[in-house]
Amino acid sequence: MVSYLPIFVLIALAIGLGFLLANLSRFLGPFRPSAKKGLIYESGMDPVGSAHDRFSVKFYLVAMLFILFDIEVVFMYPWAVNYKELILETNSLFPLYEMLTFIGILFVGYIYVFKKGGLKWV
Amino acid sequence: MELYSQILLIFPVLLVLITLAAYGSYAERRVAAAFQQRVGPNRVGPFGLLQPLADVLKLMIKEDVTPANADKLLHFLSPIISVATAMIMFGVIPLAKFGDSFLVISDVNIGILYLLGVTSVSVYGITLAGWASNGKYSLLGGLRASAQMISYELPLGLAVVSVIILTNARMPMGSDFLSVTSIVEAQRGAWNLFINPLGFIIFYICVLAESARTPFDLVEAEQELVGGFHTEYSSLKFGMFMVVEFLHLVIPPAIITTVFLGGYLGPFEGALGVAQWGNTAQILWGLGWFLTKTFTIAFTFMWIRWTLPRFKYNQLMDLGWKRLLPLALINLVVVAIGAAIYVFQTAG
Amino acid sequence: MEAATTIQTVLFWTFSVLGLAGAVGLLFNRNAVYAALSLVLNFFSIAGLYLSLGAEFLAAVQILVYAGAIMVLFLFVIMLLNMQEEKGVFTFDIRRGAAFILGFAFVAEMMVVLKGFWNHEAGGEFTYGKVEPIGRALLTDYLFPFEMISIVLIAALIGAILVARRHTHQEG
Repeated sequence: MVSYLPIFVLIALAIGLGFLLANLSRFLGPFRPSAKKGLIYESGMDPVGSAHDRFSVKFYLVAMLFILFDIEVVFMYPWAVNYKELILETNSLFPLYEMLTFIGILFVGYIYVFKKGGLKWV
Repeated sequence: MELYSQILLIFPVLLVLITLAAYGSYAERRVAAAFQQRVGPNRVGPFGLLQPLADVLKLMIKEDVTPANADKLLHFLSPIISVATAMIMFGVIPLAKFGDSFLVISDVNIGILYLLGVTSVSVYGITLAGWASNGKYSLLGGLRASAQMISYELPLGLAVVSVIILTNARMPMGSDFLSVTSIVEAQRGAWNLFINPLGFIIFYICVLAESARTPFDLVEAEQELVGGFHTEYSSLKFGMFMVVEFLHLVIPPAIITTVFLGGYLGPFEGALGVAQWGNTAQILWGLGWFLTKTFTIAFTFMWIRWTLPRFKYNQLMDLGWKRLLPLALINLVVVAIGAAIYVFQTAG
Repeated sequence: MEAATTIQTVLFWTFSVLGLAGAVGLLFNRNAVYAALSLVLNFFSIAGLYLSLGAEFLAAVQILVYAGAIMVLFLFVIMLLNMQEEKGVFTFDIRRGAAFILGFAFVAEMMVVLKGFWNHEAGGEFTYGKVEPIGRALLTDYLFPFEMISIVLIAALIGAILVARRHTHQEG
């Protein structure tokens, strides 16, 4: 718990500041709600259809791919901080090869996704 | 630094951040005007310097309209999430070094992961804002913005890993290689910009995309989805999103400076014997260099914004997934090989 | 493990209560987005618990991956599917009764299993969750599982593509 307290204080202050700002306009500005004001903006016309028509599955795919590659990156951090030590201990490039294998396998997966059109955004 | 002075540091830092964000808006408008051969705001106060104040006052006294079907709680919370996550990033950025300690709010031993984590959490602000307003434009804008943010977090993380390898290779064993101060200290003698230029370019582009600045600002472009995820926000809540946008002119450049440009390190530190100066002098030296570099990068942000046209959404996603991601992987491998060679040379 | 200090006890209880609140929120919230956000609260609390034990890398990964990636996916799906609020009356029939009994039996079992840990204090410093030891273990003792992880991730990649393609074909 070395020095996390200032961070917590900072977070608390930042959130408090946010609260203050968000509430400030409620107090300082007028508050006259009307039916017209409550409508969603749709280029001057009345809103048509619900807000939640079906959207593309691409968003799901992007999020899914993000998770998988994020996990890959997360595994690189422990590797990177031990890189020099392990190289000097084993006196070889073994740490490099280990990560190359890891990245290589995932790169194959990446090519697969690429070729299957998973990254197509047109 | 002792605990109480670390906590005390929070207040001036927050104050300066807010001021810089406010005057960032002024600077942006002036710089934009210069690029476009006009003058920019110069009526309110001398040289228009009171313009940000006028803008804030105007926003404050306007009515806070919430759409009828909006999710009130999330509509209220999302600007807070956006603002808070933007501000807390500064908690781990070292501003100077004096003696053996650093001028930083908190030198967390996983500092760089803290920054990446906060970036990940900031996506929620946008996603929830788009959802909360319960409108088609907002939701679509929010989802697209979120997809953009998470897509560019990947090459960002990979560029960071390449920097960590360099830090690990150059710092003595036993240091916290993930802490931001280590990353800066490892750049004594040579900035990461020069050792890892491709990493710098990738990092720079990703940070630009995370800040949703042109050419990546499709998600809030006025000509596109009206206001995108913040269409239905008015008054200070809208102001808060604007604050976040201008905080993105201050904090991302500070992060780029820290990770690639040597943070508070100035040239000839060894030759000038900076380490022997008095504490105040060291702080001024470090802070001065830090601010200079940060403002330079901020200027390049503005330069790019008013020079390049906006990307289409599919171009944007292609750039992130099909070009930056493999490029970042290749860069990582190259840096790893280079670092291994360096380690063997300096050890054996 | 050394005895827990007051701060550690306070932190433990704060984060535990928050985490439980998040879990309860997940279970009982009728609005899907609120339920997801409660789960995020739970994740942050667990990260806090990791931090208070000195496992800072675990805490960071918890936030980076769980709260920052997986829950984003959940939110995307919820928003895309526009899940309506659950409207339902809490009926009590034979299935609910059986579920309750089994649930209580499970809790009783857990309490028996964990009996040995009941008297422990809020914990001291571990060396588990820090970056260097984890990296070292992954690259030396646990190298094979480490490489297998990449295979597992590929399997997930293929699965995601298949699910998405089937969906696109259905859409026409």
